Amino acid sequence: MRSITKSKDHEEILESLNEFHKLYLIGCGTCATMCRTGGVEEVVDMSTLLKQKGKEIVGWTVIPTACDVLSHEIMKEEKVKLSQAEAILEMSCGFGNQQIARGTSLPVLPANDTVSMSIEYPEGTYTSACMQCGECLLGATASVCPMVICPKTMCNGPCGGTDNGMCEVDKNKDCAWTLIYNKLKDQDRLDELKKYQPPKNYQHALKPVPFLLHGL
Amino acid sequence: MINLFRQKLEDGEFVVTAEVGPPKGADLRKMREHIEMLVDMVDALNVTDNQSSVMRYPSIGGCLDIIKAGGTPILQMTCRDRNRMALESDLLFAASLGIQNVLALTGDAVTVGDHPQAKPVFDLDSTQLIDVMNHLSQGVDISGNKLGGEKSYYPDFYPGAIVTPEALPLEPQLMKFDKKVNIGAKFFQTQAIYDLDTFRNFMDYARQFDVRILAGIVLLTSTGMAKYMNRNVPGIVVPQGLIDELYSAGKEREFEVGVAIAGRMIRTIWEEKLADGVHIMAIGRESAIPSILKAAGVKGQKVS
Repeated sequence: MRSITKSKDHEEILESLNEFHKLYLIGCGTCATMCRTGGVEEVVDMSTLLKQKGKEIVGWTVIPTACDVLSHEIMKEEKVKLSQAEAILEMSCGFGNQQIARGTSLPVLPANDTVSMSIEYPEGTYTSACMQCGECLLGATASVCPMVICPKTMCNGPCGGTDNGMCEVDKNKDCAWTLIYNKLKDQDRLDELKKYQPPKNYQHALKPVPFLLHGL
Repeated sequence: MINLFRQKLEDGEFVVTAEVGPPKGADLRKMREHIEMLVDMVDALNVTDNQSSVMRYPSIGGCLDIIKAGGTPILQMTCRDRNRMALESDLLFAASLGIQNVLALTGDAVTVGDHPQAKPVFDLDSTQLIDVMNHLSQGVDISGNKLGGEKSYYPDFYPGAIVTPEALPLEPQLMKFDKKVNIGAKFFQTQAIYDLDTFRNFMDYARQFDVRILAGIVLLTSTGMAKYMNRNVPGIVVPQGLIDELYSAGKEREFEVGVAIAGRMIRTIWEEKLADGVHIMAIGRESAIPSILKAAGVKGQKVS
């Protein structure tokens, strides 16, 4: 899994840092490094830029995996420097931001926009893959996720907008349901497509209730 | 309230339907003029629902005007803008007005319209919406809760859906057509057809089911429009022969030829009983519909 991020515009970042002068920067050694939005190089560049804009950088670090609870250990090690900061600028992702924020009372401002949860496909490029609906139906759809790849999250597709296997929304994008049809046909499992899919249970996807993973 | 559209279809009579588009605003005069003009020459009139994802006056409002004018409405309902609860509420409202004919659509993508940043809902798709209608007609909502009140007040929907006979690839569309039939769609209005041979092939397949099919007829107003549709509108294939016919008419006469083409197609479909009816779409050129029907020598009738 990869959390795909893109950097926010500098204007937006500076605007959010308006009232803060002393900053601590946190990058991430996993997804953000791979996306070049929060690795060492990017953190150093950001530090340079912010200093040019008159900010004081009291410290910085690149946490191996910012969304992991172990981030808090690293933040404890950096306690002295962090105590001098007025805010943290994090260069990770939405997950990293929230984990870091759990370990401090300082404002934790995002330098990145988290765009999608993706898989690497083909090499070097990333495709949005999962929206955590909580009702995985990839078995019935030959591992093509209609919740992500279909802009209409259709359960009984395709829609009338598909054209030659391409999507109504973007002619360069595959139609999820044509892909599903072709793959099921190859697997000789077209019967899956004949089954009516009733309205989806969106309760899993939208309920922000923390749950305990069994065994831990 | 008599549903002449449903009656005629169930009796095996040829029906003619057309479509009106609501305005982008609350000035309903033009829409009402179109309704007045069309209501006694068609068996039912569709009202579109934020067609092409352009925000407009609601479909159900247009249906109300059709009822007032003595006509039979077909309420178009997409799944793009409302979740299952809102769709059910609106269906109950429709039922209270005596509306039975509802065309279930998934809906164009939000991004193609004039509110591209809006959150797409798509809680349901068109097949599921037909399921919802049938549930409500049985006195229960899609969540399994019983509706209140006496049985005589339960909705009595005549659910419709669409199909694209010229889709490429065709097989997935046919599989979806099967699903819609099995879940309870009673009538279909097709996407625009231009090639009657392709349509005949589709109808050979469709005739195994006990559903009524109205062939979609979209008026070609110019050579440019024909070429545009070929390139840009999924599931529509305008044969070169028709493009040539329009082109050779020249700029001044191409509209007239477009009307003649539409009339001729309707006539052929009627004469050869290729479908159970036709559905005429003349988006933005509703005033041409009377001419098309005259050219076809076919028309519908209003209730009262």
